[in-house]
Amino acid sequence: MNNIIVYIETENGKICDVSLELLTKARGLAKELACNVEALLIGHDVTKLKDEIALYGASKIHIADDKRLVNYLTLPHSSITISLFREEKPQIALFGATSIGRDLAPRVSSALNSGLTADCTSLEIGSHTDNKAGKEYQNLLYQIRPAFGGNIIATIINPDHRPQMATVREGVMKREPLNKAADCKLNIIDVSSVLSDTDFIVEIIERHMEERKIDIKGSSIIVAGGFGVGSKENFNLLFELAHVLGGEVGASRAAVDAGFADHARQIGQTGVTVRPKLYIAAGISGQIQHTAGMEQSAMIISINSDPLAPIHQLADYAIIGDLNEVVPRMIKSYKKNSK
Amino acid sequence: MTKTFKIVVLAKQVPDTRNVGKNAMKEDGTVNRAALPAIFNPEDMNALEQALRLKDAYPGSEVLLLTMGPGRAAEIIREGLFRGADGGILLTDRKFAGADTLATSYALSMAVKKIQPDIIIAGRQAIDGDTAQVGPQVAEKLNYPQVTYAEDIVEIKDGKIIIKRRLERGIEVVKSSMPVVITVHATAPACRPRNAKQLMRFKHARTKSEEQDNEHNSYLPTYTLDYLVIPEWGVNDIGGDEANYGLSGSPTKVKKIENIVFQAKESKRITSSDEDVDTLIKELISSHTIG
Repeated sequence: MNNIIVYIETENGKICDVSLELLTKARGLAKELACNVEALLIGHDVTKLKDEIALYGASKIHIADDKRLVNYLTLPHSSITISLFREEKPQIALFGATSIGRDLAPRVSSALNSGLTADCTSLEIGSHTDNKAGKEYQNLLYQIRPAFGGNIIATIINPDHRPQMATVREGVMKREPLNKAADCKLNIIDVSSVLSDTDFIVEIIERHMEERKIDIKGSSIIVAGGFGVGSKENFNLLFELAHVLGGEVGASRAAVDAGFADHARQIGQTGVTVRPKLYIAAGISGQIQHTAGMEQSAMIISINSDPLAPIHQLADYAIIGDLNEVVPRMIKSYKKNSK
Repeated sequence: MTKTFKIVVLAKQVPDTRNVGKNAMKEDGTVNRAALPAIFNPEDMNALEQALRLKDAYPGSEVLLLTMGPGRAAEIIREGLFRGADGGILLTDRKFAGADTLATSYALSMAVKKIQPDIIIAGRQAIDGDTAQVGPQVAEKLNYPQVTYAEDIVEIKDGKIIIKRRLERGIEVVKSSMPVVITVHATAPACRPRNAKQLMRFKHARTKSEEQDNEHNSYLPTYTLDYLVIPEWGVNDIGGDEANYGLSGSPTKVKKIENIVFQAKESKRITSSDEDVDTLIKELISSHTIG
């Protein structure tokens, strides 16, 4: 049927945000392509999630429900996905750029000899002319992603191979349920006919899930707050901005000492040194102890009501104003203007 | 007698994209590639350390580096030798040019078939592309299991390898059969430094092409000891279907590349008004800084 299939990731019996974001995006793409959105759901006791998936617009859910599939394992999930894609021949397949999606998608793409683009920040439909071969392509998936350490933006296409596969990070795309659930069919996959014992040669012998580890060093966007943020509650505003931009929250030492933020978020001489693509400093005065840890950032935006704050000297854009007004405006503007 | 293992480390020479500060940008705002040094991909270094630890734990095991790239990629094989590897192979051929991750994985998998190792260890991802695809794709091409994001290879017992994995929200310990492809996460221990003895032993290690190209080598002895020759393998050495190599074996094509243009380093003062904030956010979106 050449539809779009979204791989649904679950954790503790719940659908991960990234999968709902992908379903939302897939709806938009499917509209342009005049095809349907379908979901692939693999796990144990997951059939109950079907209503939520329908609410995000899937017209069909392929379900592999088996007690051996309770925890993610590469081989059985790959076997099921590969066999389904061979049968259904989707034109597009989307996965979350999570530790699961980035483990599964490349294995599947290799087996199907189809192209895969990791960590896309934008997906669009467009055409392509291959001048050498004199061929015209319509309705290709433009897989847009940063590369080269975020210094270039590349648009990748897979002209001749299907499915066109992409992974997308959590928080990059919008998540919007429909007002009314889509009319949704179920396709129950016969797990025992697809899987064999060799799919279980890797065994999990121990598993500890912890709180999400804070990874400010690895984040390309950082929203950092200082003493000027005023309270732990006000920091929630920064978390909200970081969430919509797909970034992390950092803090100055003064904010950490005041108990506004975790020590793991501290940036500067006594914390970590970061060089993200974008650093937003809110309520930070710009003491050298802090700037030593962030001055290498590719772009710096400062928000401080004191026009003489040293941070403004370092910034590419200095916003003179109250962060409690500016940050909500940024969130509103981003939501309005992003695709 | 303890068992010994043959271990292949997949490594890549990459431009050091981590150090693209403002000074590494040209005046027009594009990346000054020439200013970026070529380095041993950081997570491949973590992978090498895991391999060397296995060699320490199971004496007599052999660690071989395998890299694909142009002639100068032999530099990272030497770096690996200085740190304790036993040998290395450079996969180099014009027919490999233009390979995406899939065509790269095909070439690597054909070379691995020829080497027949017990364990293949690679970095999770390379910093120039950050795709994390080559490890799993090599595993699939060889029909081996894969264990990604390894933080520690704990031990090998009764023919099974025990590996601790670092996931987004926790850790997992798994047991796999061998041969297996393992990709190593940056949180794994850093690689040991160069070893003086290894450095003395391998400082003249080179590929045949390097020996022919480099006229400054004329002062070196004209004979080359076998262990100093870094083998170069091309399509003819590893076989396989030529259509699967290079550009023709790559399903993905790059349609367009945009350089991110950085603003001149001058603070631009703006007010906190709705209009100013809106203009700024639009600029950031159109320059792909966000969104």
